[in-house]
Amino acid sequence: MSTTKKYLVGMFDDDHTLLHAVDGAVKAGHKIDDVFTPFPVHGLEHKMGLRPTKIHTAGFVFGLTGLVIAFSLMAFASAINYPNNFGGKPLFALPAWIPIMFEITVLSASTGMVSVFYYLCNLYPGKQPKIIDARLTDDMFAITFDITKDSSLAAGFTDFLRHEGAVEVFEKEI
Amino acid sequence: MGHFESPLREPLVNGNKTYKQITDDIVAGTTGPVGLLWLLATGVSGLVALFGVFCLVWTICYGIGTWGVNSTVGWAWDITNFVWWVGIGHAGTLISAILLLFRQKWRTGVNRAAEAMTIFAVICAGLFVMLHTGRPWDVFFILPYPNTRGPLWTNFNSPLLWDVFAISTYLTVSLLFWYTGLVPDFATIRDRAKLGSIRWKMYNFMCFGWVGSAKHWERWESLSLILAGLATPLVLSVHTIVSFDFATSIVAGWHTTILPPYFVAGAIFSGFAMVQTLMIVARKVMKLEDYITITHMESMNKVILLTGTMVGTAYLTELFVAWYSGSMIEQYAFANRAFGPYWWAYWIMMSCNLIFPQFFWVKKLRRSIYFTFFASIIVNIGMWFERFVIIVTSLHRDYLPSSWTSYSPTWVEIGIYVGTMGIFMTLFLLFSRFFPVVAIAEIKSILKVSGNQYRRDQMEEVKEEPAYQDADSRLTYKID
Repeated sequence: MSTTKKYLVGMFDDDHTLLHAVDGAVKAGHKIDDVFTPFPVHGLEHKMGLRPTKIHTAGFVFGLTGLVIAFSLMAFASAINYPNNFGGKPLFALPAWIPIMFEITVLSASTGMVSVFYYLCNLYPGKQPKIIDARLTDDMFAITFDITKDSSLAAGFTDFLRHEGAVEVFEKEI
Repeated sequence: MGHFESPLREPLVNGNKTYKQITDDIVAGTTGPVGLLWLLATGVSGLVALFGVFCLVWTICYGIGTWGVNSTVGWAWDITNFVWWVGIGHAGTLISAILLLFRQKWRTGVNRAAEAMTIFAVICAGLFVMLHTGRPWDVFFILPYPNTRGPLWTNFNSPLLWDVFAISTYLTVSLLFWYTGLVPDFATIRDRAKLGSIRWKMYNFMCFGWVGSAKHWERWESLSLILAGLATPLVLSVHTIVSFDFATSIVAGWHTTILPPYFVAGAIFSGFAMVQTLMIVARKVMKLEDYITITHMESMNKVILLTGTMVGTAYLTELFVAWYSGSMIEQYAFANRAFGPYWWAYWIMMSCNLIFPQFFWVKKLRRSIYFTFFASIIVNIGMWFERFVIIVTSLHRDYLPSSWTSYSPTWVEIGIYVGTMGIFMTLFLLFSRFFPVVAIAEIKSILKVSGNQYRRDQMEEVKEEPAYQDADSRLTYKID
């Protein structure tokens, strides 16, 4: 069980207001814990100053691994381990292996990248999620501030959120 | 970060929806009492699927001698059906991957269902591949693994083996792409259920505990984009490799370089037709007319027109090249297609695929639901006959006239084919009941650009602006 934390939650009913609020929080130096949205809001990650994901690098590494494995297996099997004569064709038939090399590259890159995605997000079947509010997968947006250590921050954050147009502000312990 | 879209473009979401309404409309399909129509449809498709399974078991018990194939026509309905199903399975990933890369927003209304269709179609296609080997219990021999038979490896130079890799990669990648898109929407369904109920637990299990954190969304979007980038050449490669099954052989009528593009165009053509057939029914039954609009149908009809014309051009090019080649055997193969014993199959193919889609030049017909439905079925029939023509009419009169023969299917072959339609429909009906049929999160993300009310507001604003006066500000005008 993970430890419980106390959050101050500001609920917004519009993505533009949310973006504005996030911008304001960053500028004012308020440390946002997380932002929850029902759909990908463009520009949010830039405004929050999140580090761009490196998921594509993982994809490249997996793809390259797949390519090397496919090529080596075919070269080993056809030219070394069991050189079989198919109608006098060359044993080391690189052009004929390209389709399989391509397929395995795509297969490894995709499966690898998807696995990395779920691993990084710590999502897995049967996970017990920390749901701030059920409306966050529907039509509401939220900014959360971590106030576990210092509850006195709550008042300042509340004022800020209200000022930025939050429709609801509440504390939540999960 | 909005982007400019002409206010004259038709909205992709009708009915002045709010985010909440979108959730409610689409989640409604998975809640509420099970409809009688759904039960009836699932029951019938289930029975058809069971009959298919019976014929399948019959084939496994008695061998492919129960089919109409013979030593001259070694491939017939099995491969025809395989190619037909794989072709149908091309629309889903095309819609979700290629149209994502091209930033075609209309994809959001239909991508989910089309991807589901892709996966179910590829499953049906896979059945035929395994079955046509004759000994499906030994089908794992097609995988390269160290074995005690030599080790006798698979022949990596064979297009049939390329096909094994292409189809299995395609199925896996489509499945991953589809499921990753579903995860946030499963969370939406979960959060509409009572906390701790079976329904909540079921959808929480399926959504992997998704909560919609900004960091997760960022990774999710990045993943979708890269998967789309990977899936795009994959879609094109799969049917290219299927065409290699034919093109790299030395059978007259098969041994042509035009086959890969011709097959890819044909696959997209038939795939979109199947999407139309299913979506026209689904939007009506599930009341999704506001999300899958006439504009969506028209866009797909344009793709059908384009790919249909490409396929038609390929048919004519094939005829021309056969004549121009000066090869008697090549010329005979095509003359035999058009005027031989299977002339009717050839002319069904020609009229359904080359002539019929040309009606879509007429805007009124492109936007007619009834005509589109009718045309989509015609195209599916035509594309089945295309594969039949390519396979059976090329094989039945080969290089050696003494081995010339004819072919007709037995009830077992017909049963398996009809059965796969049952399997496909059963899976699709189950999907439509338990899964969000329209991508909820993606529709929400385009609402403010392509939603009806936003489009109208934008029209009002543009109308008020005096023409020519401040052209610069209009050029940089953004929706948000």
